[in-house]
Amino acid sequence: MAESKLMTMRDAIARHVPSGSMVLLGAQLEQMIPFAAGHELIRQGRRDLTVVGPISDILFDQMIGAGCVSRVMAAWVGNVSAGVGYCFRRAVEQAVPRKIEVVDYSNFTMALALHAAALGVPFLPTYATLGSDLLKKNGNLREFSSPVSEEKLVAVRALRPDVAILHVQRADAQGNAHIWGSLGVAVDGGRAARKMIIVAEEIVEPSVISSDPNRTLVPGFLVEAVVHEPGGAHPSPVQGYYGRDHAFFARYHEQTRRAEDFEDWLARWVMRVSDRSEYLKQIGEAQMQSLGVKDHAYTVPADFGY
Amino acid sequence: MGFSEREHGLIVTVRSEEEVASRGYTFSELMVAAAAREIGDGELVFVGMRLPMLAFLVARRTHAPRAVGLFENGVVRETPSLELLYTMGDPPNLLRATQCGQMLDVMSLLQQGRVNVGFLGAAEVDRFGNLNTTWGFRNKEKQRLPGSGGACDIACLAQRTVVLLAHDRSRLTERVGHITSPGYGTGKSWRRAQGLPANSGPSAVITTLGVIRFGEDGEAYLASVHPGVSVEEVLANTGWTLRVSGELVETLPPREEALTVMRELDPNHFWTR
Repeated sequence: MAESKLMTMRDAIARHVPSGSMVLLGAQLEQMIPFAAGHELIRQGRRDLTVVGPISDILFDQMIGAGCVSRVMAAWVGNVSAGVGYCFRRAVEQAVPRKIEVVDYSNFTMALALHAAALGVPFLPTYATLGSDLLKKNGNLREFSSPVSEEKLVAVRALRPDVAILHVQRADAQGNAHIWGSLGVAVDGGRAARKMIIVAEEIVEPSVISSDPNRTLVPGFLVEAVVHEPGGAHPSPVQGYYGRDHAFFARYHEQTRRAEDFEDWLARWVMRVSDRSEYLKQIGEAQMQSLGVKDHAYTVPADFGY
Repeated sequence: MGFSEREHGLIVTVRSEEEVASRGYTFSELMVAAAAREIGDGELVFVGMRLPMLAFLVARRTHAPRAVGLFENGVVRETPSLELLYTMGDPPNLLRATQCGQMLDVMSLLQQGRVNVGFLGAAEVDRFGNLNTTWGFRNKEKQRLPGSGGACDIACLAQRTVVLLAHDRSRLTERVGHITSPGYGTGKSWRRAQGLPANSGPSAVITTLGVIRFGEDGEAYLASVHPGVSVEEVLANTGWTLRVSGELVETLPPREEALTVMRELDPNHFWTR
C-alpha cells in the first residue's frame, strides 16, 4: 500500500504553502471554506500571498486583515450574509495593514480561468464581461476576434494556482476524496493547481471511496497532503456534517469595523489558539452540536454491481 | 450572484406604519410580488437570495409552477427549501435540490442563452441600466464594495435582467461610476457593438417607489408607480430626468395568494419588513 499522505495542518501548510504562493481557497463558494487552513497560514506568518477564489466569504477578509495577502483575484470579497468586508475595504482604500492589488473577476470568468488551467490550455473564450469595466481593468481578460465566426469574444487567461486547498467531507489517506453538495469550482480548481491539499471531515478506508467512484471528485494521485480536520470549515457549512454559523458571521461584521477591533478578533480566534481543536473548544461543544445534523438525509445507494 | 446577499441593495424605505396597515402589505412585499410577475411559467431563472428568492417561490406557487431556479454554486432547485436561507450554499438549499453540480453547469446554460431571467441588486443603476457593485461614491469618498460575483455574467448573458434596489438619488444616477454589469451602455445598439448576445439586457428595475423599464433606444422610463407614490416623488429621487411612460400605471398590489406564500416562507418578515 502506498505511503499515507496524512499530516497535521501545521505540517501541510509549512511544507506546501510558502510566502509568495498563489493559493486557491473557497472553491465551493459558501460551503466548505477551508478556514482552518487559512488560520494556519496566518499563524505561520505567510506574506505576499495571492489568494484566488470566486468568493471565500470572510476568509479572504481575515487573511487580508492579517497582512498575509498582496494580491486578490476574486469575483467578490466581503461577508456574504452581512455585507462588506471591512479589512478588504481598509486594505484597498487606506493600504491598512498593507497595500493590496485587486484583480476583479466575475464568477464565470474565474471558473473559466481555472477550467482552462485544468484543461491545460492558455485561455478559454466567453461572451461574459463584454462591455464591462472588469474587461477593461483585468489584464487576464482580453477581447479578441473569433477565428471561426464574426464575433468578439473575451479570452480568459488560464489561472494556475500554486496550491489549491479543498475542504471535503471524506477522503482516504491517499487523498482520494468524496465531495457532495454545491461544487462551485472545486473540481477544476483542484486540477488547475500545481499542488493540492485536502482537508477532510473524516478519513475513511479506500474501499469506502471506491464504493462510489462518481462521488470521487478528487483523485488521490493529484494530492500532496491530507489533513484530518473535523470542524475545519466552521463557520461555513459542510453538507451532512454541520450547518452555517450565521451568528458568527454577523458578529465578525460587528467586531471588525475598526482595525483595532479586528486585531482583537484575530488574537482571540487565530493567534492565541494553537490549532483547530483549540478553536473548536472556544466555539464550545454545545454550539458545534447545535450546528450539527438534526435530520439525516441519506442518499439511496446506487448499484455498481455487474 | 444573482441578486444576492452580496449587494447592499436592499435597505427598503420604511414607510409609516399606518400606511402599511391601511394598505395591508409592506413595500418589500409589493416588490416581491412585482418581481414574481417578471417570471414566466417554465422559465429558467437565475435566482439569488433575499427578495428575488421569495419572488421565485411566489411565482412557482402561483402563475409559474414549472419555473426552474439556478444558483451559481451549481445548484438547480424547483422546490422551496425547508428553512429561510442566508446564503445559496446553506444546507437547506442543497437538500432535495434537483441537481447539485458545478458552477460551469449553470453558467453554461446562461451562456447558451437558455436562462430567461436573472435577478440582480446594485449599489448604483443608471439611465441605461448599467450596474455598479464595485465602487461606492458616498459623501464624495470612494468606497470599495464587494464586486461582481456572478452579476456581470448574468447582466451580459441572461435574456432579461431584473434589478431590485431602494430608490434614491445616489443610487439611481445619470451614469454609474463603474460598469460592473453592463446594461444598455450608452443606448441603442451599444450591446451589439460590444459583442453581447442579441437577445439580452435589462428588462425592469423594481424600486421602492415604482417600476422602470427600457425603451427601444435603451433608455429607462418610468412604467409604473407604487400605490400612494407620486410621479413627482419618483422624479425627485432619481438622479437624471427620468422619462415617464405615456401609459403610466399604478403597480399592481400583491394578490392575496402571493402574500400568503410570502408570509408562509418568511413568517417573521426577515426580508419583507
